[in-house]
Amino acid sequence: MQKILTKTKVVGPAPIMMVLVLLIITFFLLSMNLGMIHLSPIELFQTLLGNGTDKQHMILFDFRLPRIVIAVLVGMGLAVSGAIMQGISRNGLADPGILGINAGAGLAAVTVIFFTADNPQNVNAYVLPFAALFGAGAAAALVYAFAWKQGVTAKRLLLVGIAVGAGISAIMSLIMIKMRFYTHMLATIWLSGSLWGTNWTFVLAFLPWIFILLPLAIYKARYLNVLNLGDEIATGLGTHVERQRLLMIAIAVALAGSCVAVGGGIGFLGLLGPHIARKLVSPNHKVLVPTAALAGGLLLLIADTIGKNIMAPYEIPVGIVVSAVGAPYFLYLLIKSKNV
Amino acid sequence: MNSLALKEEKLETNKKQRSNPILASTLIIVGIIAIILFTLVSIVVGAADISLDTVWNTFFHFNPDNTQHQVIYQMRLPRALVVGVVGAALAVSGAIMQGMTRNPLASPGLMGVSAGASFMLIIAFAFFPESPYHFLIVFSFIGAAIGATLVYGTAALSRGGLTPVGLALAGAVVSALLGSFGGAINILFELSQDLMFWYAGGVAGSKWIHVQLLFPLVIIGLVGALMISRSITILSLGEEVATGLGQKTVWVKAIGSIIVLILTGAAVSTAGAVGFIGLVIPHITRYLIGVDYRWVIPCSAVLGGLLLILADIGARLVNPPFETPVGVLTAIIGVPFFLYLARTDRREV
Repeated sequence: MQKILTKTKVVGPAPIMMVLVLLIITFFLLSMNLGMIHLSPIELFQTLLGNGTDKQHMILFDFRLPRIVIAVLVGMGLAVSGAIMQGISRNGLADPGILGINAGAGLAAVTVIFFTADNPQNVNAYVLPFAALFGAGAAAALVYAFAWKQGVTAKRLLLVGIAVGAGISAIMSLIMIKMRFYTHMLATIWLSGSLWGTNWTFVLAFLPWIFILLPLAIYKARYLNVLNLGDEIATGLGTHVERQRLLMIAIAVALAGSCVAVGGGIGFLGLLGPHIARKLVSPNHKVLVPTAALAGGLLLLIADTIGKNIMAPYEIPVGIVVSAVGAPYFLYLLIKSKNV
Repeated sequence: MNSLALKEEKLETNKKQRSNPILASTLIIVGIIAIILFTLVSIVVGAADISLDTVWNTFFHFNPDNTQHQVIYQMRLPRALVVGVVGAALAVSGAIMQGMTRNPLASPGLMGVSAGASFMLIIAFAFFPESPYHFLIVFSFIGAAIGATLVYGTAALSRGGLTPVGLALAGAVVSALLGSFGGAINILFELSQDLMFWYAGGVAGSKWIHVQLLFPLVIIGLVGALMISRSITILSLGEEVATGLGQKTVWVKAIGSIIVLILTGAAVSTAGAVGFIGLVIPHITRYLIGVDYRWVIPCSAVLGGLLLILADIGARLVNPPFETPVGVLTAIIGVPFFLYLARTDRREV
């Protein structure tokens, strides 16, 4: 850790963040063009100005735009959540998915899908995200409680996360087996992490969460620096260690929970975002957290664009695209790490 | 860990080394009697009521025109046999893995072996539907090998190997990766829910063809395991000790791994990913009779078979007439045990 802290980066954080923002805008535009029905840049421009055909208008404003917005926001939220968890546990392998949060949200979502299967329209926008958020919180609390033994260690958290995840998926299979074919497919797609069917209602339901939690997380990021020094030093510097830690964990869980609630079981993004950020900027959390947010948003946007188009007309859930990159990267981190 | 603690651990291990053969043999005999007993219970219990009388008659005065005889012969009996054999195979797999790697968390479920087998089976279902059972077994083997290679390859590449926690993480991540690829195929090919049932541990469809293919493979695996059991005991004392005693550890590990792949591949291809038997049973066995693998392996086989037979009976009784996936029942035992292991930092294998 010491070694990394003293390592200076050639480029300052501001230009790097600018580049990330530009990349997000680029892919934003690209993603608006691409899809089952291709919109040329000119058509796109005209539709944006309100001069497109009704069909073009519908494709762009009702289908593509909300989905793109959600992809960026969910990516940001998950990456920040991962950055906080890694900062708190002082372990680069911490990720909301590994810590059982996705499983908890998944179980809640599957339960809701099961009980409201007859009327799927009602489910999606309102009940599902809240249930998933509740599930995420409950799973996080469970993992934390089981890992508690005169404090928690990162290793125990990770291990207990796997155990709780295994238990939850057993219960999940119990419910999924009773589903009919269509509902079962719906649940499978949700669990794989998919931005299918996102509309403005989703965006509106999700925005308050992200607009409160994301700035809060970035504002609180300085406490991560202090907590990173170890509990004794942090206390010595006048920080209420346990209180701040609990608050940060709550922010991280709420972020991950609301993101998974909207985006489905997307794993490994909370791992990738902060790690990419760490390669780009200094490990000072005040810079790291916003950079991780941008990297996460960009990543999920790219992944969703790929998932949407690579096997068109079929869609690959974005969570699978992210896993395909994230899981090998996790293994690579494991190979490099010394203390796990 | 300092050297003193290490020495103490070795002494401790040496003390437990002397497994009590009488205790172990008693365990095996009692276990086998219990297996026979509960196999009978397993045949009697189910959607259709069947009396023990009928079971007796099926065995000794089989009448092909009698529906109940047919139910017993075509459905209940092969199912009971498959369940027992699968349980034994998974438990022995876990015992070998834990002994070879000295890792208390090693088991086919946690180390990606089952996930690999499941993944290849999904591929088989998607691209080669209607393929015969022995074809599925081959896929299952390949998958088990892929999963194990990914997890243990990660461990081999990392400097100084991985700790139990690191291996468990590698296993979880490999399982997640293979699971999400499997999920993608599932979504693209709209594979039916049967897959899900099988995935959660479906033994309901067991037929004689399964028994015929499963038995020889598992027997080969078990005999092989018994043959290398002495070497595994030595290996479980630590690589240095084993090398010091003149053991060719590479060979033992290679043979052990092949046996694990045979046993797990066969089990998963038949019963799906039944979790936790391979984790829990070896721990219980070592707790009961010590760490001599000449006894741990046969006792694990007996206890594993017994546990899965019990779980399978439970699966039919929980919510009749529907069947609960047997994997859910093993998880009820397995998850708390896993949590307990996660909270204890001890390592004794």
